[in-house]
Amino acid sequence: MFTPRRLVVAVAAALSACAAQPTSVPVKAPAFGSPVSAAEIPRWDISIPPSGAGLPAGSGDVKRGEAVYVAQCQACHGPKGVGKPADPLVGGIGSLATGKPLRTVGSYWPYATTLFDYTRRAMPISNPLSLSDDEVYAVTAYVLYLNGIIAESAEMNAQTLPQVKMPNRDGFVNVSK
Amino acid sequence: MDAKNRSSRASVARPHQEESELAGTNARKMDRRTFLAGGAAAAGATAFAGLTQDANGQGLAGQPWERTYGAGFRGYGQPSRFEQSVQRHIGRPYGDLAPGSGAALSPIERLEGIITPGSLHNDRSHSGTPDIDPKQHQLLLHGLVARPLMFSVDALSRYPMTSRIYFLECSGNSNRNLVPQPAQVPAGAIHGNIACSEWTGIPLSVLLEEAGLLPQAKWLLAEGADSAHMSRSVPIEKALDDAMIALYQNGERLRPEQGYPVRLLLPGWEGNMSVKWLRRLKATEGPTYTKDETSKYTDLLPDGKALQFTFEMGVKSVITKPSSTMTLPQPGFYEISGLAWSGGGRVRRVEVSADAGATWSDAVLYGEERPKALVRFRLLWEWKGQPAVLQSRATDEKGNVQPPRKEWQARYSPDNRFHNNSIVSWSVDADGSVKNVYA
Repeated sequence: MFTPRRLVVAVAAALSACAAQPTSVPVKAPAFGSPVSAAEIPRWDISIPPSGAGLPAGSGDVKRGEAVYVAQCQACHGPKGVGKPADPLVGGIGSLATGKPLRTVGSYWPYATTLFDYTRRAMPISNPLSLSDDEVYAVTAYVLYLNGIIAESAEMNAQTLPQVKMPNRDGFVNVSK
Repeated sequence: MDAKNRSSRASVARPHQEESELAGTNARKMDRRTFLAGGAAAAGATAFAGLTQDANGQGLAGQPWERTYGAGFRGYGQPSRFEQSVQRHIGRPYGDLAPGSGAALSPIERLEGIITPGSLHNDRSHSGTPDIDPKQHQLLLHGLVARPLMFSVDALSRYPMTSRIYFLECSGNSNRNLVPQPAQVPAGAIHGNIACSEWTGIPLSVLLEEAGLLPQAKWLLAEGADSAHMSRSVPIEKALDDAMIALYQNGERLRPEQGYPVRLLLPGWEGNMSVKWLRRLKATEGPTYTKDETSKYTDLLPDGKALQFTFEMGVKSVITKPSSTMTLPQPGFYEISGLAWSGGGRVRRVEVSADAGATWSDAVLYGEERPKALVRFRLLWEWKGQPAVLQSRATDEKGNVQPPRKEWQARYSPDNRFHNNSIVSWSVDADGSVKNVYA
């Protein structure tokens, strides 16, 4: 769609004898980005893929997660994640092929890492980026426990979270390939 | 497909010469157009313009505004006060709990042409519209690149720019027509999660080249600076093709609702992937599987599986005039006007039916030379006062044809909310009232 830039630059080089003159093609590749130090990037990089790469240190268990949930989440997502006024977080496992599918974290989400990622980046809705990493691990553990996916005694951290197998892990057909 | 469903050019007629003379200037346009079920004389309407009598004794024509000095200049223009009812259709599924989570749909039934005014552009937002200071906002490009880079808005504004006209459609557009009973609301309240602008910005490939994309980079995570940090994974082929870092919309800086000061633009793909308020691009080996490409924007099938990464928006059209909630005042000639588009490229053809798809006529297209942009289609139609069902059917340059509603529904779970590009039907009753129907 756009003109390949290498070609543009090559054409421009031939014209560069009069570089002080305005030209419709760049004389050299425009480069206005600033270098970023490796130390700066982790403050920005909050996306967590299924491999768990980039998960922070820290941990949380179901018990602590329940306390975080009651304080930070329950007002919108209802007691024990049943929903209302906001989306339900539990239930619906086995419902996807029926006439009334219920899509929740438990029944639909393919990766537990996405639950950590989204909770940290977007929740609670009125104060995102405010939970500590331990709190995010803990409330992630609690929601997974409510769905019967992990045991009450389980602890979520950078090692255990990517190993959680979600019920609908194989429920998606990737059509981008 | 049976014979009845084939497109019939035989139903196309041209106006008689006498009609052209009768109808005057307008008829010269009609000569070049096709009619839908034409054949009767055009009714010439006489306008009584400006004949208000005045007390000046001379009886000269002149409305009150012709007899008083006009308003002064203003820095930023506004529509006429008589057009203030033209508003977006706002949907807030979470109500006051999250008033900025939902969508404001473009009032396509009140607009013409192909360019959507910035103020009336559709707006799908997941966590409200952030109030971004362009002096503080930055865009980080990192991951599998040789040189991680940070861009201020001022830095981005220095690059050579390119301008393109593209539509943006939310993949949830028209999902209001998936409820059991057809809603009797204006067309835009159902199908208005679509708009089209001239976008100006930087080819994304320019920034990726500057950062030095590594060979193992196959995807790009795009992330917004809204409070949801809305994020999507984009295949690198799209990023290197026609993806744009947009700074301007219809000549002015992006509107806040459209991603001010900088957004990603992925022409023809589901709107949410054109991440607004862009703050970060990360080159990765695979998709990140974000919340909005797993729990949402995946298309549930009848067997409980779901299609994932259905990026391209299907070929589609909708008649905007006449449309649901409008009334035809009396039998006679009407212009059918509507919008067509395809995420796959150019619209090649739009057909219109007045008999629920039994016969079709080709509409005249405007803007069909542009890929992934709105196309306006128009066709004259004589309504004889009988009940009718109006439909439009678009075909794109790849041969994709807009599917009938039932055919589309059969592909998906009844709960699927995305990528409804099925044919839209408006009924016209004998009293002229136009209704939303499932046909």
